[in-house]
Amino acid sequence: MKIFVTDALVIDLDAEQWECRACGGALGSARDNYKRFMALRPRDPRDIHAPIIDPDRYEFTFAPDPQWLTIVEYYCPHCGHLAEAEYLPPGHPPVHDIEFDIDALKAQWSVREATAAPVLGPDFVAPPHHHHKGGH
Amino acid sequence: MTSSSDKVNEFLQDATLFLAPDPEIMNNHGFAPRSALEERCMAKESDPARIEIVRERLMAGANESFEMLENMGAAPGAKWGDCVSAMFTASGDLSLASTGGVVIFVNLVQYPIKFINKYWKNDPSVGVREGDAFLVNDAHYGQAHNTDQSLMMPVFWEGEHVAWVGATVHEGENGAIEPGGMPSIAEQTWDEGLKMPPFRVAENYVLRRDIVTFLQNSVREPKLQYADMKVKMYTCRRLEQRIHEAIAEFGVEAVVACLRRNLEDTDAEVRRRLKEWPDGTTRHAWWTDGTLRENALIKINLAVTKKDDVLTFDYRGSSPEFANRANNTLDITLKGMLSQLMLAYVWPDLPRNQAVLNSVRFIFDEHSIMRPAPTAPISQCMMSVFTSWSVAQVSVMKFLYCVPDKYTRVIAPWYCMINTFLFGGLTQHGEMVGNVCADINGMGGGALADRDGQQSCAPIFATMADLGEQEFMEEEMPFVQLVSKKLMRDNQGFGRQRGGMGYQMMLALRDSPAWGFMLTAIGSKFPNVPGLFGGYGCPTYPLARVRGIDVFEAMRTDPGQFRYSIAEMMNEQPFPEAQYSTHPMSLPYALAARGELYMIAQGTGGGFGDPLERDPADVMRDHEEDLVSDEVAWRIYRVVFDPQTRIVDEEATAKARQAVRDERLAGAMSYDDYCAQHVTAKPPAHLPYYGSWDDTKTLYAGSPDVSFPAGEAGPPIIMPHPLQVRIDALERQLAALQTAG
Ligand SMILES: [Zn+2]
Repeated sequence: MKIFVTDALVIDLDAEQWECRACGGALGSARDNYKRFMALRPRDPRDIHAPIIDPDRYEFTFAPDPQWLTIVEYYCPHCGHLAEAEYLPPGHPPVHDIEFDIDALKAQWSVREATAAPVLGPDFVAPPHHHHKGGH
Repeated sequence: MTSSSDKVNEFLQDATLFLAPDPEIMNNHGFAPRSALEERCMAKESDPARIEIVRERLMAGANESFEMLENMGAAPGAKWGDCVSAMFTASGDLSLASTGGVVIFVNLVQYPIKFINKYWKNDPSVGVREGDAFLVNDAHYGQAHNTDQSLMMPVFWEGEHVAWVGATVHEGENGAIEPGGMPSIAEQTWDEGLKMPPFRVAENYVLRRDIVTFLQNSVREPKLQYADMKVKMYTCRRLEQRIHEAIAEFGVEAVVACLRRNLEDTDAEVRRRLKEWPDGTTRHAWWTDGTLRENALIKINLAVTKKDDVLTFDYRGSSPEFANRANNTLDITLKGMLSQLMLAYVWPDLPRNQAVLNSVRFIFDEHSIMRPAPTAPISQCMMSVFTSWSVAQVSVMKFLYCVPDKYTRVIAPWYCMINTFLFGGLTQHGEMVGNVCADINGMGGGALADRDGQQSCAPIFATMADLGEQEFMEEEMPFVQLVSKKLMRDNQGFGRQRGGMGYQMMLALRDSPAWGFMLTAIGSKFPNVPGLFGGYGCPTYPLARVRGIDVFEAMRTDPGQFRYSIAEMMNEQPFPEAQYSTHPMSLPYALAARGELYMIAQGTGGGFGDPLERDPADVMRDHEEDLVSDEVAWRIYRVVFDPQTRIVDEEATAKARQAVRDERLAGAMSYDDYCAQHVTAKPPAHLPYYGSWDDTKTLYAGSPDVSFPAGEAGPPIIMPHPLQVRIDALERQLAALQTAG
C-alpha cells in the first residue's frame, strides 16, 4: 500500500521504502530520514529570489542576504524532481522534518482503503457571514 | 464549613501585596472541570436537538454582536475586522466565538475572566455583580498584546451567575512610548503604555466616568478610548440580551448545558480526528532576522509530536529572551495563535472555542523568547509569535497531507509579517491620533496542491479581516497612498502553484504640523516564510525611501516624472535632486516631511511543489497580468514563449525543463557529502545568532563563543542602543583619523 506522505514523496508500506512520486523510483528505508536518500544542492538565495531593485546601488533589494541564508534543495536522485527547498542559515544542519512511526502507520492503514492519489480534502465553502463596512 | 487550609489561603490572599498574573491560571490552557451549576443543568437537559437549537440561537447572537462591534467600533482595527465577540462559561472558558473576527483575542480572554472569578468575585472591595463590566489590556493577564482591549461582563439569571460575555478590539493607541500601541523601541514593560489588569469599569451597566477619564488621560486618543469602551459595553449587552432570551425560551439548563457541551463535544471530536493522523514527529525551524532595533538571526525551533489523540508542540531550542527588546512573546499568545491555526487551517468546520487546544500540550524552555521575564517588553510579540505560528503551520501540514479524511486542504505557509505603517501626530482636523494602517491585513495566502494562493488577502490571525478603504482613511488622516494595493511583479512564492502575491504601496505625508510614521516588520535579510514540498518561500522586503523631494509639488509641475512601482522609482530615480535609499522594514517612529516617499510591499505566500511543473499556461496568465517578468518566466519556470504573443513552445519548454533537471543532478551531492562539506559545529562567527544550532539543549546568544544550557537563566541579553553603536563606531573612526593625522 502506498501512502502519499508529501506532494513529492510516497511511502510503500509493504516494501517499507520511500519512493519518488514523480518517477516511482525507490529511495531508501521508510524508517530512515528521506533526506539521506536525496541529491542535495545548496543554492545562493539570490539565484531564486533575485534582486528587484539595483543591487549596485542599494543594500536591501528584495533578495535575501547569502551571508544569512542558504537554500538547500533536495532532488530525487533518479529524475531530478525538487521535493523540498529548505531555508537555513549557512552551515546549519538539515532538519529531520518527517519521522513517522512506521509500525503505527501500518496498523492505521490496515483498516483503511488504499488511495490511488493524494486526497485533497473538501473545497472551501464560505460561511454565512456578510462583511459590511462602516462608512456606507 | 471552613477548613484550616481555606483559612490559610484566605490569610495568604489578604497578605498578598500585589495580585500579579497567577501562574496557576496562566499555565493552564485547558477548560475547567464541570461546575456544580453545569452538572445540575446537564442532568436536566441532555436533548442534543434542543441543545443544537440553542447553539444556533447563541451563535446568531454572537454574530450579530460582532456586526455591531465592527460597524460601531471607532478604532481603525475594528473597521477592518480586527475584533471579536464571544460567550464564555461561568468558569471563564471560551465556548462560542463569533464567526468573523480574531479568535486568538477571545481565546486569551479566558485568563482575565478566570482571574476575576478567582480574585475579585469574593473580594468584598470588588465583587462581581449583574451590570458590572471589567476591562483588561495587559497581555500578562491574558491578551494578545497590550494594544488590544477586552471588555468582559458577567451574565446573571435570577441572581445566579451563569455565563460571561466579552468583546475585544485591536484599539491601537495605548499611551506607549511610541504612538499606535505597538512600540518597537520599548526597552522594558513600563514603556508599553497602559497596563490594565482586569478591573471593573462599569456598574449597573454604566461606565464609571472617573475611570474613563483616567484612561483617556493616559493615551493619545482620548475620544477613541471612551467611544470604544461604550461600543464594547453595548456589544456585551447585546450578547447578554441574547443569552437572556435563550434562557427565557429554552430554560437556563439548556443554555448552560449548551455552553458546556460546546467544549466537551469539540474536545471529543478533536481527539477523534487526531487519531486519524499518523503517529510520529515533524520538525521545522525558522529564523527571524531582527529585533526591530538591529538585525539578528533568531531561531524559532519546533518539534510536533502526535501520539494517539495528543498533539505536543515542543518549542525547546528556540532563542533566549531579549531583556530590552520588544520582540519577546508570551506563551499564551502563541497558544491563542495556534488555536487560530487549528480552527482556520486544519478544522475550519469545528465550533470556535478553546477546546480545540484541550488535547494539545506545549513545551517551552524557561527564559526563552516565548517565556520571558515579566519585566521584558512584549509589545512587538508579532516578531516572534507569527514566525512561531508559521513554523507550526508547516509542521502540521506535514502530518495532514497523508490523512485521507480531511476537513480542509493542505496549504503552503501564509505570509506572516505585518508589512504596514503605523502613524501618529496631528490630523488635518486638529486631532491627535496614533494607530496603524489596514495593510496589516494584506498578507498573501499560501498555495494549495491544485490552486494558486490568494493575493494580499487576509492576515494569519483572522480569515475574514478586511483591507479597509484608503479613501476613507484619507478623509481622517493627513497622508496619501499614492500607489495603493498594486500587485508587485515577481514578488512571488514560486511553485507548481504559486503563493498569493503581495501588493506594493507608496505613501507620503501631505498636510500636518507634526506627523510621523513607523514600521515594524522583519524579513529584509532572511525571508519570513518558506514554501511547501518543493515550492519556494517569499523573498525579503525592504523599506525604500525617497527624501529631499516634495512629490506633491513635483506632480503639480511635472507629473510625468512620477513612477508607479517601487522597481521603477528606485531603479530609474526620476527626481534628480532626491536621495534614494533602502532600509530594513523597521523604522522607529520618526517625523516625516511633506511629500517624501515611503515605499513597501506586502509579502507573498509560499509556493507549493516544484516550479518546473507549473503549467506554462499559468505562467503566461501571470505574465499577461504583469505578475511575472520575462526573466522569472524563464529563470524559475523555464517556459519558452514569444513575449509578444505569449504563445508557448511546448516542446522547447519540455526540453529546457529536462535540461534543468539534469543540471540539478549534475550539481548535486549526497546527504553525507553535503553535511561533511557545508555543515558546521557552531553558528558562523559573522552572524549575530540566537538559539540552538544542532543540539536543542545548548543556546547561543549572539556569537558562537557565547552559549549556555537551554532553560537556564543565561547572562541577560541586553542589546546596546543602536545610536550608541553608531556613535562608538564613529568615535573609533575619529580616533583613528586623529592618530593618523
Ligand atoms: Zn524521481
